[in-house]
Amino acid sequence: MPDTLEIDGLGAAYGGKPVIDGLSLAPFVPGSVTSLIGPNAAGKTTLLRALAGLHPAKGAVRLGGRDLLALPLADHARYVTYMPQSLPQRVALSVLEGVAGALRASPVEGPALSDAALMGRALEVIELVGIGHKALEGLDHLSGGQRQLASLAQALARSPRVLLLDEPISALDLYYQLRVMKLVQRLARERGMMVIMVLHDLAIAARWSDRVVVLAEGRVMADGPPAEAISAEVLAQVYKVRGRVEQDGADLRIAIDDILP
Amino acid sequence: MMAESGSLLSIGAISICYVQEGRASKNPFTLTISAERGVIGGRSLPVDIATHLRHGAGVHQGTEHDRAAILAAYRATRRRRGMILLGMVVLGIAAFLLDISTGPSPLRLWDVLLGLFQPDQLSAPEQTIIRQVRLPYALMALLVGAALSLAGAEMQTILNNPLASPFTLGVSSAASFGAALAIVSGISLPFVPADWMVPLNAFVAAFASVLLLEALARSRAAGMEGVVLFGIALVFTFNALVALLQFVASQEALSQLVFWTMGSLGRSTWGGLATLAVVLAVVLPFSWRAADAMTALRLGEDRARSFGIDVRRLRLFSLLRISALAATAVAFVGTIGFIGLVGPHIARMLLGEDHRFLLPASLLTGAVIMALASVLSKVLVPGVLLPVGIVTSMIGVPVFLLLILKKPNRA
Repeated sequence: MPDTLEIDGLGAAYGGKPVIDGLSLAPFVPGSVTSLIGPNAAGKTTLLRALAGLHPAKGAVRLGGRDLLALPLADHARYVTYMPQSLPQRVALSVLEGVAGALRASPVEGPALSDAALMGRALEVIELVGIGHKALEGLDHLSGGQRQLASLAQALARSPRVLLLDEPISALDLYYQLRVMKLVQRLARERGMMVIMVLHDLAIAARWSDRVVVLAEGRVMADGPPAEAISAEVLAQVYKVRGRVEQDGADLRIAIDDILP
Repeated sequence: MMAESGSLLSIGAISICYVQEGRASKNPFTLTISAERGVIGGRSLPVDIATHLRHGAGVHQGTEHDRAAILAAYRATRRRRGMILLGMVVLGIAAFLLDISTGPSPLRLWDVLLGLFQPDQLSAPEQTIIRQVRLPYALMALLVGAALSLAGAEMQTILNNPLASPFTLGVSSAASFGAALAIVSGISLPFVPADWMVPLNAFVAAFASVLLLEALARSRAAGMEGVVLFGIALVFTFNALVALLQFVASQEALSQLVFWTMGSLGRSTWGGLATLAVVLAVVLPFSWRAADAMTALRLGEDRARSFGIDVRRLRLFSLLRISALAATAVAFVGTIGFIGLVGPHIARMLLGEDHRFLLPASLLTGAVIMALASVLSKVLVPGVLLPVGIVTSMIGVPVFLLLILKKPNRA
């Protein structure tokens, strides 16, 4: 039985005010892609940061038998990697050096990497996200979208059990949005990785996720396969918009008509 | 395969980049350039692919050949960086020898070498000039430059601020104040030798100031500008406090105090040199061990933490190192400005921000600049020995202004 990720009674506060409180979710299974959707300030980023060990939290987050919240950061980082929403700074490091830096920062799961193996792995991931031709270019010379891809490569290179992506495609053009979604889904399947990502585009969330968790004001409003979690009622209740959600074969068609008064 | 700076590197049929200091330039290449510069790998590009790449589009499926070429180019960059570091060592030795040879009675380079390695072959006065007067002076220049520049490099990284340095953010001023307080009040602690009170007090004051800066840098309220402004406020505050101490100081203490504020190598002693050398020797391995973590921190704090870096701990230990380096340097030569700012920036321009290269390069650049500043302090006004702090400020102020006026790209 492969290790699942369990979240039980998770609570996290921001500036003394609880953002999420007593949040529990059904286990996440290896190889699955989950989208976390919801309005602004719903607690999505806080939840991801708490899972990554970056935000103080109470409750339990278990990966197999391990209590992740009790682990020191370096051990936590063996299993979980978080890709923040903000783009990497414009620094005088090449894309390759940035990804290699992510691998050198602390040991990843598996046998220790030689320098050659580490550089090879870094470059492979850079090519996977589609910026192999920019591998030697400085992060201070890249566009916003390219820096977002570089950031994704840094997170993917660590090949964690749990990959947390905070709006990973917000700066990307249409081509790269789809390319990243396909890649994330493929790697999740191949590596048995659990991907949890915050997305704002419901159509993309519906198309590329196995499971959608709808969060509002720190509470779970819906949780299940996209067709179950995304409904006209949820749109109205959570986003305050009037919309239609129709199942069309394997696809979910979402149309937003107007905002509610 | 070697890819030299300025060469065009063709990687397979699709990926291609113009190699410049280990990073491909943003300039779009054209077939014209490729025809002029030649193509490594012997393959020219079909026009349609070149056009495609020029517009920044395209799917790049890396082949084994691509990968090998990129990794080879990266290895070449690393070798070149190693050569640059070696060049800096050579430059440092040259500047050190030049420093010893310059002064009121100029010495030939050969005599300097004899004086260092076979002093018996020189006259007694020449031996004294080289070994007693100029050698400690020149060694102190190297060590102070190295210490301040390394401290500046670490400070710029952990505070995420290109304008950070011990001098610009008030750490040197705080150390001066600590030293001044020890001199004027004559305070002593049990079990601490009297000679150590001044450096110790300088260290405590310097550490307190970096703790304040760190707390501010971490608070969400203050942006990058806030930290710099706070640092400037620290400079003024501690300068005012030192002035106050000067006002109440005895005649003897006053003459010592003036020395701190000027920043001069004139009082270099073997004891001071040994202390600074020991501090550097203790700090260096820890700096080196933190290099990878610092590189990761440059990618962003959340990223670094998610990659397993305990950023708080990294900052705290780095601040301890910065305090030790800045305070010891200030304790023996007074406040010497801008080395900690200029050194790391030159190093960064030459070698990028992989801290495994940046930290040693900053250290070496600082040593070279300081040795050259020491030479300048002796030759700028013939017959007069200027305090070296004045020279470093004359070099540093224009660089500081350039950094402020340049649109910061490391926000």
